[in-house]
Amino acid sequence: MQFEPQRPRKPVRRIDLMTYGFGSASEPAPDASSAPILYIEDITVSFDGFKALDGLSLYVDDGELRCIIGPNGAGKTTMMDVITGKTRPDQGTAFFARSVDLLSLSEPEIAQAGIGRKFQVPTVFEHQSVFENLELALYTNKAVWPSLFARLNGAERDRIEEVLAIIGLTESRYSRAGVLSHGQKQWLEIGMLLMQSPRLLLLDEPVAGMTHEETEHTAELLLSLAGRHTIIVVEHDMEFVRSIGRRVTVLHEGRMLAEGRMQEVQNHPKVIEVYLGA
Amino acid sequence: MLLKRDLGGTLLLALLGIAILVVPVLNLAVPESSSLHLSTYTVTLLGKYLTYALLAIALDLIWGYCGIMSLGHSAFFALGGYAMGMYLMRAIGPRGVYGDPVLPDFMVFLNWKELPWYWYGFDQFWFAALMVMLAPGLLALVFGWLAFRSRVTGVYLSIITQALTYALMLAFFRNDMGFGGNNGLTDFKTLLGFDVHADSTRAGLFVVSALALALGYVACRAVVSSKLGRVVVAIRDAEDRTRFLGYRVELFKLWVFVLSAVLAGIAGALYVPQVGIINPSEFSPLNSIEVVIWVSVGGRATLYGAVAGAGLVNYAKTYLTGALPEVWLFALGGLFVLVTVFLPRGLVGLFRGRKEPP
Repeated sequence: MQFEPQRPRKPVRRIDLMTYGFGSASEPAPDASSAPILYIEDITVSFDGFKALDGLSLYVDDGELRCIIGPNGAGKTTMMDVITGKTRPDQGTAFFARSVDLLSLSEPEIAQAGIGRKFQVPTVFEHQSVFENLELALYTNKAVWPSLFARLNGAERDRIEEVLAIIGLTESRYSRAGVLSHGQKQWLEIGMLLMQSPRLLLLDEPVAGMTHEETEHTAELLLSLAGRHTIIVVEHDMEFVRSIGRRVTVLHEGRMLAEGRMQEVQNHPKVIEVYLGA
Repeated sequence: MLLKRDLGGTLLLALLGIAILVVPVLNLAVPESSSLHLSTYTVTLLGKYLTYALLAIALDLIWGYCGIMSLGHSAFFALGGYAMGMYLMRAIGPRGVYGDPVLPDFMVFLNWKELPWYWYGFDQFWFAALMVMLAPGLLALVFGWLAFRSRVTGVYLSIITQALTYALMLAFFRNDMGFGGNNGLTDFKTLLGFDVHADSTRAGLFVVSALALALGYVACRAVVSSKLGRVVVAIRDAEDRTRFLGYRVELFKLWVFVLSAVLAGIAGALYVPQVGIINPSEFSPLNSIEVVIWVSVGGRATLYGAVAGAGLVNYAKTYLTGALPEVWLFALGGLFVLVTVFLPRGLVGLFRGRKEPP
């Protein structure tokens, strides 16, 4: 599957995925890489005294496919909320692409800066067609007046067709999104993120409620996108995490418990204690 | 192009076109003895329905498409009406009961010596016409900015719109506000030099109301058919999703809310010279709720459904308040319950088959 991001932006140095994605087993060393695209340090979020995140630090490299696992209440969704601007942390720093201070931007600004987010429950615009859903997500000027006069040009149409092919919904392009199956809605939402030409994709449980076959499809889709985009996947489905088999971060009670390849993480005594061994 | 695949809208515009051509002729040219004659009372009644229909379209734009259920839309309608009423008061000039060349009668009665500053300029029609749009538009801008920026949505937003119109009603009831208090503004004489009671002026107002409704419909159709319209529907269906796609949701809401308020103001301005009075009861929360009922009876998110609903409910109101006045409120309430339970897509839903509105 061919896919080239078309976001007009300054050239950035691309890091070869192979150098660490499939690297030899080594100690989890998040800060050893040369260019983290996402840099989160010492983030604390508390709700009425309860610390949803407790001094969490996380570094994700450009082009990486990172899985984040952890029991319920570990702070996975709160972390996504912080990255996308929905929740403001009590303390800490969060930078994207080195210079973008995520804590000073609103949700739409962060989205336009190149971070796309998929919700836990697939959220698409049910009363509009699949094509319109993708059109709405298209990376373009999203201010009010330009939207009133916006018309799709040829390149933009091609791009929508391209994404329709990637997510396998070409046949359904004129169907209302509301009639799609659960799995198709998940893909449509991933397609909407791709339309934003994001550099970083945050996927909250992308295979929840999917059949085995759909899950496999999704794994293939994400593997094909990694490298071109940086992807962070929050997932409960261990089989799925194993099948995409990249670096895994385990969260527990708002802190990072362990990080490394799936096998290492699985054998980590603390992880076994709080999560996997249960 | 805009009306392609918009059967309801085409039908509406065709009907309005026919009415513009036929109604004045039946009223003015056909002799009263003829059975085809249309009385001036009927023409004015129809003209009033047209202004209600424009108000209904304005509400459908933000409720049907953007999901903002305003229970205070008659506030914008009444403000537009007051702006027009102020012009009509100034246009009376020395022909008032007290014969003061500048001060309207109620100010003389209250023993005021000078015209309050906010009445300046209303002797000019262009200024009043501007205020018809500016006053509701500015109120919507300020109110919407505060509400949408704080992300007040759903039933909470409905409640504060209701509070807004109620507060305005109480304020306008006060004599020292300078808008005629309880009695409001009335006893109008002329509009742009035409006698407001003359048959020809009434027919003219009917034509202008029909044109305003047609233009309002086309403008709203253009908005909802644009990408902006699709963003607005997206906000209605999944606000967070829209925000995380990079749209500043509050600005889109504000834009349609202000447009809707301006349309409501224009409707109010056309309403006042036809009914001959504007008073604080127009701000009554009940009026706003009635507008919501018109739109839900007609069918949300179609625009022409709102027109049909406004026409039908108001015709029923005219008939029932005449024939069985004590039944009317029960009928209105019952209608709302029936439509909500059995026709969630309104009357136009009956004709649209399985086709869902956007």
